[in-house]
Amino acid sequence: MTVFRYDKTFEGLLSALFDVYRLKRFPDALLGPGEPPPLFHDGVIEVGTTRERADRAWRGLERKLSPSALACLTYGWLSELPHVDLLLLRYMKKAIDAPSSIELDFGDPVVLEVSNIWKKVNSERHKAMQFLRFQKAADGTYFAAMRPLYNVLSLIVPHLRDRFADQRWLVYDVKREYGYYHDLSSVAEVRFEEKEKHLLSGFLGDDLMAKDEKLFQQLWKTYFNSTCIRERLNPRLHRQNMPARFWKYLPEKR
Amino acid sequence: MNEKVIEKLKILAESAKYDVSCASSGTTRGHRKGQIGSAEGWGICHSFAEDGRCIALLKIMLTNHCMYDCAYCINRRSNDIRRATFSVSELVELTIEFYRRNYIEGLFLSSGVVRNPDYTMERLVRAVKDLRTTHRFNGYIHLKSIPGASPELVREAGLYADRMSVNIEIPNERSLQLLAPEKDFESVFSPMRHIQQGMLQSAEERRKFRHAPRFVPAGQSTQMIVGASPDSDRDILRLSAAFYKRPSMKRVYYSGFVPVNAYDSRLPALRQPPLVRENRLYQADWLLRFYHFQVDEIVDDAYPDLDLEVDPKLAWALRHPECFPVDVNRAPYEMLLRVPGLGVKSAKMILAARRHSRLGSSHLKQIGVVMKKARYFITCRELETRTIQELRPENVRRILTRGKHRPADDGCLLIPFDFTDNPPLRP
Repeated sequence: MTVFRYDKTFEGLLSALFDVYRLKRFPDALLGPGEPPPLFHDGVIEVGTTRERADRAWRGLERKLSPSALACLTYGWLSELPHVDLLLLRYMKKAIDAPSSIELDFGDPVVLEVSNIWKKVNSERHKAMQFLRFQKAADGTYFAAMRPLYNVLSLIVPHLRDRFADQRWLVYDVKREYGYYHDLSSVAEVRFEEKEKHLLSGFLGDDLMAKDEKLFQQLWKTYFNSTCIRERLNPRLHRQNMPARFWKYLPEKR
Repeated sequence: MNEKVIEKLKILAESAKYDVSCASSGTTRGHRKGQIGSAEGWGICHSFAEDGRCIALLKIMLTNHCMYDCAYCINRRSNDIRRATFSVSELVELTIEFYRRNYIEGLFLSSGVVRNPDYTMERLVRAVKDLRTTHRFNGYIHLKSIPGASPELVREAGLYADRMSVNIEIPNERSLQLLAPEKDFESVFSPMRHIQQGMLQSAEERRKFRHAPRFVPAGQSTQMIVGASPDSDRDILRLSAAFYKRPSMKRVYYSGFVPVNAYDSRLPALRQPPLVRENRLYQADWLLRFYHFQVDEIVDDAYPDLDLEVDPKLAWALRHPECFPVDVNRAPYEMLLRVPGLGVKSAKMILAARRHSRLGSSHLKQIGVVMKKARYFITCRELETRTIQELRPENVRRILTRGKHRPADDGCLLIPFDFTDNPPLRP
């Protein structure tokens, strides 16, 4: 049993792909740093993550796959599902070895699985755009917190930058403890050493909140309740379209 | 902004909520410097009301005062409801503040008819113009065109709105005259025509000059009430199909009639809105738009109403067993689309995947085909199963509708007593 150990980064995974061809061996398991190896194995191969190797592997993939299939790979990586790395490595090897493009071969279990994971992550990205709610702070910054299932925050930044270009905003992933801050000209990834209360709870305290923020939340709640047609209540469809895990951060459902 | 606005918002949202359309799709417009927002081509639903309908736009009326007396409408003049009117500044502030908090994609503005159609339309246009030009709002705007409004006003409104709509409400002119004596088909069709002319003209101009103004870039839509008049599904769908032949019509919405004015004897007495019929109409609408169906294949003189028990595609397949089974590894795209349980996405995936290998039923299942339905209508790599040819349509129908109409268990044990032979024992 061949086992690779790498540093659990996407570049590391691409370097592992490089080593697959350098050593002419394909791993049966991928380990992260510090993970114990399985019982029976023929030594653990340490993958050295280097920029050049990762770039070379990516360039090789670019020759074989279309941009949308490459996006499938990055989306799959952001899903952070267990063992998705081995699946992606199989997909990449398959893509490089195949004489023609494999990306539409949905009869192949690996390709289908990757495409299904892409679907899941993409729908989570869409939900993040749907159910993100800004709260206005006293200094004029708009703050939004969320807890997406997959690590999709980076995927919605282009949309937010386009739509809220004339606002200063901070979106924050409470689960993964990082966020993006837009200062009217550029977007930067931010992490906080000291977590203030709103970074833990996701809600601005009354002292930080803008004067009319409460009023607009109340207005929105009023609108939400009065736009519903009582004769047609359909709680099942409601939950299906707007899963309960998002309710915590939605002013209309609080 | 104060408590009074909350009250007004409540009244005007409740008056506007029976309009079904809430789509925010059809226009892609990136951010422009000095303006607020953008428009996403696919549209994003930001919330869902407890009736399951999406809330993408701030759907609101400028005023719910109305001089008309349409039997099906909650805002008719003879109804004793609370009335309110938004000022333009209140409306603009609400829209922009909601938009900045990512609550909405834009504004859906309609209005009750005050004084005359032109006066009302002019007020709508002024509000939207203010939002677009003075406040530089770049998000989505859906504007209702008032039936009977003059072409000049429609022409101006189209420059600010992304989508416009005129509701036909009742699919038959005689029924419309009965329920809404002040309206006729001409007053609905003429604004529709003006919108279409504007769009075609703008498309022509933009071919010559790149920066010519866009006119209603997301097209127009309309709405029909289902169940308020005795019209059959054939009347409704024929009208929809005729609308979809026009280049500008993007969507026809169906609204199950909610009996808001129960006292009006011209309306049918319904216990609850015809939700299943509405759903079947939407399914038929999808067949028209995405599945290459003709309207006469879905409903005809022999079957003027849609089958409420099975969806229209399955109903068609059961009426046409001679077209099945379809071999998924060979059949053309149009035929794949006709298989019940197979959607546009899975048909396209099958088309792509079968170039690489022959597909079996396990592949199909993973691709997302609803095998429970599709298995009776397809053959694939595996051995023959019992399809509609062997089972006969009526049996397939029975299998697929089994369990749907189980009588509700009322918890009572029924013991059939027979009093004829043995007289009941007396204590």
